[in-house]
Amino acid sequence: MDLARLRSLDEWTWALPRHGGEERNDVVLYGSRELLASMDDKVLEQIGNVARLPGLVGAAMTMPDAHWGYGFPIGGVAAFDPDAGGIVSAGGVGFDISCGIRCLRTDRTLDDIAARLPKLADGLYRDIPAGVGEGGSLRLTVPELDDVLAGGAQWAVASGYGDASDLEYVEELGRAENAVPANVSPLAKKRQLGEMGTLGSGNHYLEVQWVERIDDAEAARAFGLFEGQILVSIHCGSRGLGHQIGTEFLLSLAKGASRLGIDLPDRELACAPIRSPEGEQYLGAMNAGINCALANRQILAHLTRSTFAHHLPGSRLETLFDVSHNTCKAERHLVGGKPRLLYVHRKGATRAFGPGHPALPERYREVGQPVIIGGSMGTGSWILAGTPESEARAWSSASHGAGRAMSRAQALKRWQGKELVRELAGDGILIRTRSMRGAAEEAPGAYKDVDRVAEATERAGLARRVARLRPKICIKG
Amino acid sequence: MTGDEASGYFDHDADFGVIGRGATVEAAFVNAARATFALMWEPETVARKEAIDVEFEEADVELALPTWLNALLGESAARHLALADFALEREGSRWRGRAFGEPWRDDLPSSTGVKGATLTALAVRPVGDGFEARCVVDV
Repeated sequence: MDLARLRSLDEWTWALPRHGGEERNDVVLYGSRELLASMDDKVLEQIGNVARLPGLVGAAMTMPDAHWGYGFPIGGVAAFDPDAGGIVSAGGVGFDISCGIRCLRTDRTLDDIAARLPKLADGLYRDIPAGVGEGGSLRLTVPELDDVLAGGAQWAVASGYGDASDLEYVEELGRAENAVPANVSPLAKKRQLGEMGTLGSGNHYLEVQWVERIDDAEAARAFGLFEGQILVSIHCGSRGLGHQIGTEFLLSLAKGASRLGIDLPDRELACAPIRSPEGEQYLGAMNAGINCALANRQILAHLTRSTFAHHLPGSRLETLFDVSHNTCKAERHLVGGKPRLLYVHRKGATRAFGPGHPALPERYREVGQPVIIGGSMGTGSWILAGTPESEARAWSSASHGAGRAMSRAQALKRWQGKELVRELAGDGILIRTRSMRGAAEEAPGAYKDVDRVAEATERAGLARRVARLRPKICIKG
Repeated sequence: MTGDEASGYFDHDADFGVIGRGATVEAAFVNAARATFALMWEPETVARKEAIDVEFEEADVELALPTWLNALLGESAARHLALADFALEREGSRWRGRAFGEPWRDDLPSSTGVKGATLTALAVRPVGDGFEARCVVDV
């Protein structure tokens, strides 16, 4: 990205100045000079387009891990006022609706399980369906799937997958309201009938990690974290159903934009007014997609517990938190000192409520919401906590991952999957994957430095660092 | 993508850009489908045992590309079919396509799942004596 086009507001906050009579809201980019310089210019173009959408409140923003996406940049955040012509954008949510991370904390340490890691890796690889065309053991009928789409993780718990205590630590207590399964097409449902409880492929993973370092002892205590502790992170979303919803609404909203009086700067920003039949229809389908993702991660958490119970009898795995990073959520935020209902799009960005927020479980209310920044399979990840200042800076939002430093095609030219897996094994990281090509695409070197992203997230006031995690096992599709 | 290959790729930060070229728009779309499905399965390893038909209406030639690819991806996922060969005809705004492949099987070498075609970097344009069709697909 050409930094000459930006104005530095402080070391970690940048603005894109308007030129001439350019009509748009502000654009704010969070990150260090180094991180922004490494971003594609397309990020700037895309977030500039978002700033032109109707009903935008405040600035269109990017998080420190931003990269070129579809319509919205990945790492984009924008809030719209439904009573001021604000829109909901299928491109602003993304295709993998409610893609996110379920993090489980265990009562075991790295020392406890070191000798059993290879068998645990093989067991997880066997028990967690992952990869292209890999279906789950669960086969649903359409009416059963409609129950999933209405009930989310609450449906999964009621069906025997996991524990009711999990739900307190899942956003919206495991169920998005206002889901309308009838707004989801028959093809989208057909794609999902055999895909519940599956990880998928691409950048999705299940990782067994250990807590390498604690940076914030108070928050770590509240989150139940300690050095050496084993955690499990499950990164996946709404699978084929979410993608089908995304593609179908994207095309129909793009074609209907002019009829709705919306001048789209990029067709991929396809959107409709929140208060319109088209907008309400999309929101109903999107919330069904969110419930699909929440149920999916709940089932995968249950499968993970079963594998741990087999290989590490008596081990306990509790849900630390489940955060989505591809959503549009109706939330109340302070605008000019007054609470206002806004529809906050987070495309590749994590909600990061600060201390005291009423939506947080009692256990975390004093320290803020757990925020998970997933890194690459060779380097590490971070757990952070929401800050009070993030509300004013970014509608309580933060980074969601390391962000890619190079394309998949470039990664394939640089790395060989088998060699990479062998090298990582030499570093004590066990990779189990059905696709060596997919492993090469996800090479650690293809991602930005997750430590720099976590640092920038903290310095920009979006969330504060609590614990650094290192991977030991990674299951990839 | 360089040179005159019928199918190829271009860079996108998070995903893949697919390209199809051909003497006609329909041929370019067929080659874009080959590029898309080759990301998931090596075409030479997929047997041509079953066929599926897709039909759609789309007057906008650019929007027809993601509509075509998404119809194939949706049916492939819903019917659990790996696809490798494609044919497409057009009459006005009516598109009729056929794809050939076989049911997914565990020993079929697979790589990255493609979930949908997007409108990002979408273009269908005359190039030389024929046409080129391109867009980013989400993996």
